[in-house]
Amino acid sequence: MLSHILRRLLATVPVLAVVAVVVFSLLYLTPGDPAVVLAGEQASEDDIARLRIALALDQPFLTRFGLWLSGVLQGDLGTSVFSNRPVTELIAQRLEPTIALTLAALAIAVALALPLGVLAAARAGGMLDRTVMSLAVLGFSMPVFVLAYLLIMLFSVKLGWLPVQGYKPIAEGLWPFLRHLALPALALGLAYAALIARITRTAMLEVLNQDYIRTARAKGLSETAVLVRHGLRNAAVPVVTIVGIGFALLISGVVVTETVFNLPGLGRLTVDAILRRDYPVIQGVTLLFSALYVLINLAVDLSYGLFDPRIRR
Amino acid sequence: MTAQRDPTAALAWLAGNARRHPGIAVGTLVLAIMVLVAAAAPWIAPRDPSQIAPLQRLQAPGAGFWFGADLIGRDVFSRTVHGARISILVGLAVAATSLSIGLLIGLLSGFVRWVDALLMRVMDGLMAIPSILLAVALIALTGASLGNVIIAISVAEVPRVARLVRSVVLSIREQPFVEAAVVAGTRFPLLLWRHVLPNTLAPLLVQGTFIFASAVLTEAILSFIGAGTPPSIPSWGNIIAEGRVVFQFAPHIVLFPGLALSLMVLAVNLLGDGLRDALDPRFVSRA
Repeated sequence: MLSHILRRLLATVPVLAVVAVVVFSLLYLTPGDPAVVLAGEQASEDDIARLRIALALDQPFLTRFGLWLSGVLQGDLGTSVFSNRPVTELIAQRLEPTIALTLAALAIAVALALPLGVLAAARAGGMLDRTVMSLAVLGFSMPVFVLAYLLIMLFSVKLGWLPVQGYKPIAEGLWPFLRHLALPALALGLAYAALIARITRTAMLEVLNQDYIRTARAKGLSETAVLVRHGLRNAAVPVVTIVGIGFALLISGVVVTETVFNLPGLGRLTVDAILRRDYPVIQGVTLLFSALYVLINLAVDLSYGLFDPRIRR
Repeated sequence: MTAQRDPTAALAWLAGNARRHPGIAVGTLVLAIMVLVAAAAPWIAPRDPSQIAPLQRLQAPGAGFWFGADLIGRDVFSRTVHGARISILVGLAVAATSLSIGLLIGLLSGFVRWVDALLMRVMDGLMAIPSILLAVALIALTGASLGNVIIAISVAEVPRVARLVRSVVLSIREQPFVEAAVVAGTRFPLLLWRHVLPNTLAPLLVQGTFIFASAVLTEAILSFIGAGTPPSIPSWGNIIAEGRVVFQFAPHIVLFPGLALSLMVLAVNLLGDGLRDALDPRFVSRA
């Protein structure tokens, strides 16, 4: 088991290395002088020169990469060209809303998708199955922001139950925190739920055809026990895999959702950085999310052993 | 698949599958209508999409303005109709670019052992970077333009195509008919043309529809957050971004292009799902 974990851990090193190289070299691969592009149209010669030094564009590529990488490994993601503050500090300030939104969306997605996916598979071909699967296709065809605006229109503008936008930190009380989080998490969670529900159904259909399901039914187990203990448990590997892969969807969704609902999270930080042409911030956030994505998929990989003892080698 | 050399048989195959997989028929129909509307946009749109009419600003949908007017009185219907062109253009261009580059990398990876490990590590790394952020970073550096949007989205899609083609090549290489062809002295280009490429066709077609859908969505998201198509061009994401601030009292500016966007992605997804079920290619995955 330990050697399995170690092997998987080592396998992430080349991936993370490529991520680092790509994220870093983007600045150099793009045509033209990045300092001129980043400085914007109204920039003076001085601004451009200052930016060139701030980004160390006057240094040779490898020197610069070495400096940058050793900084990153020590937790230094560079300095924002706009606010002159460390990127890690800016990220730390914006972490709470993003973590809250992501976890809430994940919880909503799993809570909706697993039961619906299992039921759809159990009643394959029936009304429930067709309804759930149609909603699922609709769910990931509708962009998060369109869904978000429809939800705002219904729950905030028409019914007035929930705030239109904004964020309340959890320190200001659980109720206001949840009220502000509800709609963004629902908008983001629904698309993710659609993806998970489809895979759950497919995986369950495969499992339900197995002999041991027939045996479980024959020995008189209740339908719930058959579906959950014998069915879902054996369908866990593909389901967990899509939860991990779908995390990428969640990340891009975060950027959009935070913009729609005006949440001061990492997505908002990224969008503000685009408008201010603050490349170090974009670079830092991209690196952080990519590393997170790799780690989450590593965790998914390792979790297979929990569901399927055959994988624990 | 075998029947496709004869055009009438291909049509019959399509018609038969459209009946068994209604998604193909519905998706194709909706998409065809949208393509026609986009092509005929200058004739369908009652006004110039960038014509400003300050007196009509924020007007609700009605007789003069079917989808209402935006903040500076431009006709949302005309802008939405023209926006379809951008979405279709981006979808097609990204699908063509990422399919052809991915095909090349996948073939190279599948046939040339020593570059395989290297190429696949690079692809793994690219896949780990969330596509929106990769595109945002590229756009921040190159500036907003339609071409850059297409390139940025394509870069994010290439790894998936390359992996797909590589797995097809690896499984095909082991097939008896390929071994027989090699033994019979078939030259590599002919082997590629006759045995390998035809087998990549079905999975690439299905993957292509999913790429189209995801490119249309990504372009809209990028334009919405200000890192996509320049604001001077009416694209669905741009129209929605402009309507964002007045959403509470003029929701039509956001809703109409939003629904058009959802409808297009839905149609393409239905088509893709239908094609996948009909052609049953292994290896294709959406996410």
